[in-house]
Amino acid sequence: MVKETRDPKPYISLGAGGRRGRRPLPMPVRYAINAALVLAFLVVGELLIDGGSISRYQTSVLEQIGIYVIMAVSLNIATGYLGQLPLGHAGFMSVGGYSCAILIMRLQPVFGIALRDFAAPTPAALALFVCGLLFGGAMAALCGLVIGIPALRLKGDYLAIITLGFAEIIRVVMLNVDGLLGVDLTGGAKGLTGIPAYTSFLNTFVVVAISLFLIHTMMKSRHGRAILAIRDNEIAAEATGVNTTYYKTLAFVVSAFFAGIAGGLYAGCIGVMAPAKFGFMKSVEVLVMVVLGGMGSMLGSVLSATVLTILPEALRAFADYRTLAYAVVLIVVMIFRPQGLMGTYDFSLTSWVDRFRNGDLPWKKQKGGEVRADA
Amino acid sequence: MASSISRRQFVKLSGITAAGFGGASLITACGGKSSSSAGGSSIKVGVMGPYSGDLAQYGLAVRNGAELYVKQVNAAGGINGKQVELSIQDEKGDATEAVNAYNKMAEEGVVGIIGDVTSTPSIAVAQASVADNMPLVSASATAADFIAFGPNAFRACITDPYQGKLMADFAASRGYKTVGTIYNSGGDYEAGVNDAFVKEASAKGITITTQQAYASGDVDFNAPLTSIISTNPDAILSPNYYQDDGKIVTQARALGYKGVFLGADGWSNIVGGKEEYASAADLEGCFYDCSFISEDESDKVQQFIKDYEAEYGSAPTNFCALGYDAAMVMLSAIETVEQAGATEAGSDDYRQAVVDAIASGKVEGVTGSIKYNGTGDPVKPTLVITFEGGSQKVFDTIEAD
Amino acid sequence: MQVTFLTQLLNGLQLGSIYALVALGYTMVYGIILLLNFAHGDIIMIGAYISWIVMSQLGLSPVLAVLLSVLGCTLLGVLIDKVAYAPLRNAPRLSILITAIGVSYLLENGAQLVFGADAKVVPSFIDTTSINVASLQLSPIALLTVAVTAVSTAVLSFLVQRTKLGKAMRAVSEDMGAARLMGINVNTTISFTFAMGSALAGIGAVLYCMAYSQATPTMGVMLGTKAFVAAVLGGIGSIPGAVIGGLLVGFAEVLVSAIGLSVWKDAVVFLLLIIVLIVKPTGILGRTMSEKV
Repeated sequence: MVKETRDPKPYISLGAGGRRGRRPLPMPVRYAINAALVLAFLVVGELLIDGGSISRYQTSVLEQIGIYVIMAVSLNIATGYLGQLPLGHAGFMSVGGYSCAILIMRLQPVFGIALRDFAAPTPAALALFVCGLLFGGAMAALCGLVIGIPALRLKGDYLAIITLGFAEIIRVVMLNVDGLLGVDLTGGAKGLTGIPAYTSFLNTFVVVAISLFLIHTMMKSRHGRAILAIRDNEIAAEATGVNTTYYKTLAFVVSAFFAGIAGGLYAGCIGVMAPAKFGFMKSVEVLVMVVLGGMGSMLGSVLSATVLTILPEALRAFADYRTLAYAVVLIVVMIFRPQGLMGTYDFSLTSWVDRFRNGDLPWKKQKGGEVRADA
Repeated sequence: MASSISRRQFVKLSGITAAGFGGASLITACGGKSSSSAGGSSIKVGVMGPYSGDLAQYGLAVRNGAELYVKQVNAAGGINGKQVELSIQDEKGDATEAVNAYNKMAEEGVVGIIGDVTSTPSIAVAQASVADNMPLVSASATAADFIAFGPNAFRACITDPYQGKLMADFAASRGYKTVGTIYNSGGDYEAGVNDAFVKEASAKGITITTQQAYASGDVDFNAPLTSIISTNPDAILSPNYYQDDGKIVTQARALGYKGVFLGADGWSNIVGGKEEYASAADLEGCFYDCSFISEDESDKVQQFIKDYEAEYGSAPTNFCALGYDAAMVMLSAIETVEQAGATEAGSDDYRQAVVDAIASGKVEGVTGSIKYNGTGDPVKPTLVITFEGGSQKVFDTIEAD
Repeated sequence: MQVTFLTQLLNGLQLGSIYALVALGYTMVYGIILLLNFAHGDIIMIGAYISWIVMSQLGLSPVLAVLLSVLGCTLLGVLIDKVAYAPLRNAPRLSILITAIGVSYLLENGAQLVFGADAKVVPSFIDTTSINVASLQLSPIALLTVAVTAVSTAVLSFLVQRTKLGKAMRAVSEDMGAARLMGINVNTTISFTFAMGSALAGIGAVLYCMAYSQATPTMGVMLGTKAFVAAVLGGIGSIPGAVIGGLLVGFAEVLVSAIGLSVWKDAVVFLLLIIVLIVKPTGILGRTMSEKV
């Protein structure tokens, strides 16, 4: 008997409609507030870097945080929102990274873009960067589609093992495709080297903001609700008219697309792509981020991706025990708090602003509000 | 239902744990800082490599060798009266970490870096360092691309293509007519040696009967070996790391292969270390090339072995010797610059001067005399090692052309 | 040519037998609690290290090494079940799966910290001189591997089909709740399943060490994954299925290697799995399970 026991309580925190007499902020205002915050973050960050308050080392770590935030949030689509366990997320990252880097490296001389054009982007360099990322994302999404169609006919463990297998196939292909095609594409075992440093703090976090925005809006839309419905009960979802195959594939492809984007940024940040680095280990690393943050919580993914990227840098002495700690974290979180740190809670600044306007403050609030009682 | 704890409790608990870790690391970090800022006029040199993870054995060996040399220099009064201080960073064998470690070192104001150890991270560091013109001397980055990005990268070891060519010439000189190869196509080192060997061997009139590639992590080589043995070659080239080579030799002998095995410097630890990866009988009469073995009788090598054992209590490997020599190349160049004076440490001129000094200098290392001939590749002798009666010995020393 | 072909056939049989033995462990555990025990391959790794400690470090006899490896693996398997999986018996499948990944990761990295990443050489258990039959080199290890797998399969089939405990196992696998109502001690039965699966892993570890003589912290990963593929191919939950799957994977790998495409063999194995799962989602000998709401 296959049991898909799920917590019967709602996963989405009650929105604006949940409380009496709310006057929600008009939508444009909410968007404006968030956009202003993102802009402020970018401007302050860029000024600090230009002014030298944030060193090059710190900038590079910041870029990596951005990359892993996209990785974690995109895996969260498939794991947290769709309720499946793909173990090949690193495979999509590598496809995106290779595709993006190869496209940019091939087209760079064609358009006569010099290396330093990426540092202070000329319009042509910027266009190439965007094309490269989109191409990387598209290639990863294509792989996601190819993998998703057969894999999503299966569930749970089978899906896990198939995605693991596909990631392995991707790795083998990256390693040996040159010999097969007879052209120098991925550089085989020695990897792809000499990738121009087209990733910067600014463009990384612009991409992060856009990605988070797109994923967020998708999850709040009709499509997002369909995906959540599949997670909570696939048969019931199907019975209510949700095209489960379509939405499962969609979630999977979107997840792969953003992993590809992250891969593209990664290639530009590090300058080298080697197939060996995108194995099972990296997939598990991203999975730990999602699980720790809370499956289904974007805020959780963002926070844990940030913490887990900074932590090994901050604690270099701790390096030997890092992987061990990851393993323990996975087990302990699953046993004691399967929903992760944040559960499915998502922070929304505008809803807080809303509350203040309505005088609906946490310390005045009676029981049974937004915080879901824990089992 | 599993015994769950609430989010608030969990956050609190993890907060306490994190604070504990943070506090501990802060203390150790402060401790590290106070000790490192002791010397007033010192020269700071970076050392990086994988010191944890599955490549740690190579990183630690290189680091031990480099630290030994620096210690000897400091004991002898340092460079121009200044003590050499090492900034050591673990990059865990990962390109991302290596770039981070490099950026960190560059900010700390190191005048040069001894590293990196393995190929992909080394290339990443070489790329990142070009803009700074930071002098790099790697003990073991054999990948051809390591020196391709700028004139600031040097290595103390011979390259994959050079080894492949050398072993092919050696095979020709031994009169082998047919050779089969088995190599890990998932490793740039193995594939690099194999490709160079095949190219040179074909040019020398040796027939390559078959090339069998295998994937990283494979343990069962019976199938590819059966294919090779069926072509009945005079010798089999296995230019892989010793753990794989050990299995390949053992399995091939069990399949009834009686011929010779040829290898490259990845064989260095196949016997004589903590573990014997193949039996003496199976290895008898095989050949490989490398820069250093402890059986080498020369005084220089024996003195190094004595010093190393006194310091670490274990015998040095090929990687230790290369680490020692890499440190020697770097520090000799710094000495030249320091003695010339005039330039300020950490400036662009200083770095350029160190790069120039490495390029024009020559040192007598444990692995032979090392000089550079306009590129980052060293001109140095190479040893061909053979197995005889259960022990290794130097069969021939091949001078660089 | 013929000799080469026969030798390759034997290579495939040996490799396939090891996969089959490991796949049996997967099938047992999956059959009863529907858990893909990611840590199974790593239990084998621990078994190999036990052999190494006993023979290489303590210098004791191979017989003792075999016994201690099997015993150590069995205890480890039961311990893992009690500590990590038992608290999650009623949790969502995803949680248990993630826990299993965590356990696997823990064992690998723990072993790496304790033993180091360098491979350890396990001395040979038996005399490994090949037997020469009509210009064919017969390795005693290969013969032993095939024999041990055959015997293990027979014993396991007997246990599951003919004994009371086997009946209990089949009942728990059919319907855990109903089995409990019938007075079967579900927890004991599950523990026993883990013990049996892990004992097989211990035997697998010994055979692996005989054939490849090295123990590394990550040796269980690929072995475990391939064996799981084998179990799924054959139809998970089915004992003959695991053996068929194991042999299939073994022969496929050797065939691909023999035609000179060694590097693609992992890809071919996974491709094989994908094709079989698409054509017959329950595997070759698997029963169709109807999904209940």
